Amino acid sequence: MVAGTGTDLRAFTQRVRRHVVEMVYGAQSGHIGGSMSSTEILAVLYGRIMRHDPKRPDWAERDRFVMSKGHCTPVQYATLAESGYFPVEELSTFRKKGTRLQGHSVLGKPEGVENSAGALGMGLSFGLGIRLGMRLSNIDAHVYVLMGDGEQDEGQVWEAAMAASHHGVDRLVAIIDRNGIQNDDFTAATMRTEPLDEKYRAFGWEVRAGIDGHNLEAVEEALAWARDVRGKPALVIFDTVKGKGVSFMENNPNFHGAAPNAEQFARAMEELA
Amino acid sequence: MTTTNLPAAATREALGPTLVRLQQNGADIVVVDADLGKSTSARTFRDAFPERFFTFGVAEQNMISAAGGLATLGHVVVASTFAVFAEHAFDQLRMSVAQPKLNVKVVASHGGVSTGEDGASAQSVEDYALFSSLVNFTVCVPADVVEAEAMVAAAVATPGPWYIRTGRPKIPVIYTDGPRFQIGKADMLRDGTDVTIVACGLLVERSLRAAEALQASGISARVLNMGTIRPLDVAALEAAAKDTGAIVVAEEHLTHSGLGAMCAQAIAATTQPVPMEFVGVQSRYGESATWDEVLEIMGLTVEGVEAAARKVVARKR
Repeated sequence: MVAGTGTDLRAFTQRVRRHVVEMVYGAQSGHIGGSMSSTEILAVLYGRIMRHDPKRPDWAERDRFVMSKGHCTPVQYATLAESGYFPVEELSTFRKKGTRLQGHSVLGKPEGVENSAGALGMGLSFGLGIRLGMRLSNIDAHVYVLMGDGEQDEGQVWEAAMAASHHGVDRLVAIIDRNGIQNDDFTAATMRTEPLDEKYRAFGWEVRAGIDGHNLEAVEEALAWARDVRGKPALVIFDTVKGKGVSFMENNPNFHGAAPNAEQFARAMEELA
Repeated sequence: MTTTNLPAAATREALGPTLVRLQQNGADIVVVDADLGKSTSARTFRDAFPERFFTFGVAEQNMISAAGGLATLGHVVVASTFAVFAEHAFDQLRMSVAQPKLNVKVVASHGGVSTGEDGASAQSVEDYALFSSLVNFTVCVPADVVEAEAMVAAAVATPGPWYIRTGRPKIPVIYTDGPRFQIGKADMLRDGTDVTIVACGLLVERSLRAAEALQASGISARVLNMGTIRPLDVAALEAAAKDTGAIVVAEEHLTHSGLGAMCAQAIAATTQPVPMEFVGVQSRYGESATWDEVLEIMGLTVEGVEAAARKVVARKR
C-alpha cells in the first residue's frame, strides 16, 4: 500500500514545517534549514511514492527510506509521525532526556527509521547494501536515499556511486537536496562539487536535475520517473531553499544548525500558520 | 600438550573453506570483499557461490556501510580484507555496524606484524584495540587454523557484529584433536602454579614452548589461550591471579591498547591484584624483514615470553 494516497500534501507539508520549528525551538538545538528544504521530498515519498505501511514497519516487502543527511531528523520524525508511525505528541520529546528521537538518526528509533546516520556520506552505501540484499532475497522493493549537497564532499559517496553502477543495481533511487548551504557557508564556497548531474552520469547513473524541490507536482513526477528506471541506479537532484517557508530562515546559513529564539519562533509560527 | 612436530597452516586459510561448508549446510551467508579475496581465501566462497559474493573494489568504507545495509535483510554478512584496511573504515564500522548492532562479521587477515616483508604500513599493531573499542563487537584472535575455523563458524551462528583477526604466516597447529573454542572463554592449555601466561594468536604456541622451558628450570606456568579478546574471560583471569599470583600477557599487538591493557584493567578490579608483565609491540610501528625476524625484532619470541615470566615471578617474591 501507499500509506498517504489521498492525503492533502500541501496541508501535510505545512504541518510538518510547524513540527520542525516547534521541535527545534523546544530542544533549543537541531537542524531546521535542511529539514525545511527536504519537506516536500519526504512528503511525496511517504504520501505518493513509497510502498509502506506504518502499522507494519518491519514488513519485508516495504520500500526503504535511508536518511543519509542524518542531522535532518526533525523533518524525518515529523513525516513519520504525520504518516502514522508514532503519535505526533512524541515529537515534543525531540533531543530531550529519555527520548527515542535523538538528534541524529538511529536505526529503529522510532520504528520507521531504517539506518543510523549523523556522520555524513554513508547512506548511499547502506542503501546500496539494502538493495543488494533485496535482490538476493528476490524482493522487488525500492530503496530511496536522501543526501545533502554538502554531503557530496564525502569520498564514500562516490565509492557507492561507482559500486551501484558496477553491480547494475536498480530500484536504488538517490536524491540530492541541493539547497546550496552547508555547515559553515554556501556549498560553492566550501567545496566545489558541481556539476553533480554530469558526475553521476559519468558514474553510470540515470539522472534528472534542476527540479524544483518545493513544487509537489514536480517532485512527484521526478520521483515516479526515478522509481521506474530499470537496469541502472537513478538520481534526482532537487533545487531547494534551505529554511524554506520562513522568510528570515530562507537561504540563511545561520539556520543550518541553530535554534530560533522566542521572538524568531513566534514569527516563524505566524508565517507557517 | 606437547609442541614438537606439529603441522603448520595459516589461520587466514580457514575463512573461505569454512564459509563454503556453512553455506552448503544451510547458512545464509553473503561475502563482501575489497580486492583481496585471493589472499584472505574469501575467493573460495566466490567460486562456490558467486551470486553471494560482492566485490567493492579497493573501497573499504563503502564495503562496510553496504555490509550493514545487507545485514538488515537478514543475511549473515562476512566482510573480508586485511586488518590494516579494515581500520580504514572505522567510522563506518561504528555507524553502519556497531551502533545499530548489525550482523556483520569482519574477518581480517594479515593481522599483526607477522605480515613481515611488506613493512610498517601492512602491519596492524592496533587493529583489535580499535575493534574492542566498538560497543557490541565480539573480538577474537585464533591461535591456529583449527580454532580459526571454529571462530568463523561461531560468528556465523551468533547474531551481532564480530571481528576475527587471522594471520598470514603458516604457524603450528596446536588443536590437532579438534577445536575447543567457546565464545568468551579462555582455554587452559597447560596448568601451573607459579605464573600464568595469557596469550592469543601465534603467541599461544610460543607461550607453550616458553612454559616447557620454564618447567625445566623449576617454574610451573599455566597457559591460557585467550581466543576471545572481548568479552574478556574475567573469571579465568581472576582464577589465574589467585592460583598463580603472577601474570604475563603475550600478544602480537601494541601492549598499551591490546589484550595486556584489557587484562590489566580486569586484574586491577579484583580484590587481590598481582604483578603483571606485558609481551607485545612496545609503542612502535613495524619494519620490513621476514615474518619471523619481525617477531624477533619485537621480542615476540619464546625467549621473550620466558624472560617476562621469570621477571614477573621474581617480582612477586
